[in-house]
Amino acid sequence: MKTNDVIFQTVAKVVFFMIIFFAIHLFFAGHYYPGGGFVGGLLTAGAIVLLLLAFDIKTVQHGFPLDFKWLIGIGLLFSAGTATGSLIFNVPFFTHAYNYFHLPLFGKTSLHTAMLFDLGVYFVVIGVTMTIIQTIGESE
Amino acid sequence: MTVISEAVIAVLLLLGAFLTLVAAFGLIRLPDVYTRNHAASKSATLGVMCILLATFVYFFAKDGFFSSRLLLGIAFFFITAPVAGHLISRAAYNSGVKMWDQSVRDDLKTKQAQKKN
Repeated sequence: MKTNDVIFQTVAKVVFFMIIFFAIHLFFAGHYYPGGGFVGGLLTAGAIVLLLLAFDIKTVQHGFPLDFKWLIGIGLLFSAGTATGSLIFNVPFFTHAYNYFHLPLFGKTSLHTAMLFDLGVYFVVIGVTMTIIQTIGESE
Repeated sequence: MTVISEAVIAVLLLLGAFLTLVAAFGLIRLPDVYTRNHAASKSATLGVMCILLATFVYFFAKDGFFSSRLLLGIAFFFITAPVAGHLISRAAYNSGVKMWDQSVRDDLKTKQAQKKN
């Protein structure tokens, strides 16, 4: 019997954006508050899994036309890049740097290279979770 | 904290706890899946929303801390909990779970019978 999923699909579309924005908030708040790359990545992957539940796997792949295995590589590149980037400035491996900048919209903001490392963690977590779920979902 | 905010917090907390307790009693006492789902999804949703609102008022009155996460949580719960109840009920109906033997109407069944003819 063909079921009518209109309520679930409409709510999934709205809730998806709420989860994504909360995940981005958790990612950027990670330095001063609970959160960070791992939780943000898991929550982002959870939002995509919600779309996978509401729609089929082809529609979601059409909406996110990227191979999630590439995301693992890009994330590892970011993390290893920030770690080895400190060697250029003749300081020990994994030394981070930060400074305060006056950005036009945000005012005084502290920018830290640990955030680039966290971005790598974020990408790797999304990539690993989505690869696991899509691989299991595709096998018959 | 003023007396008014304390009273508001106390009333919201007790109301939320009472509504959640009502939902738990409904889960035990009601006869079939659909009536139980009705009790759980409505009453527990309102109860949890009351408790979250009490938490929000508490931190706003005590520390002046405007917690947008709690407001987001209220909105999120308000949207998702009834849909979860709907999906559970529909899954039960589609897998052939019987209604309570004293139920009198089944509009979905008559509609599906009309479609087949």
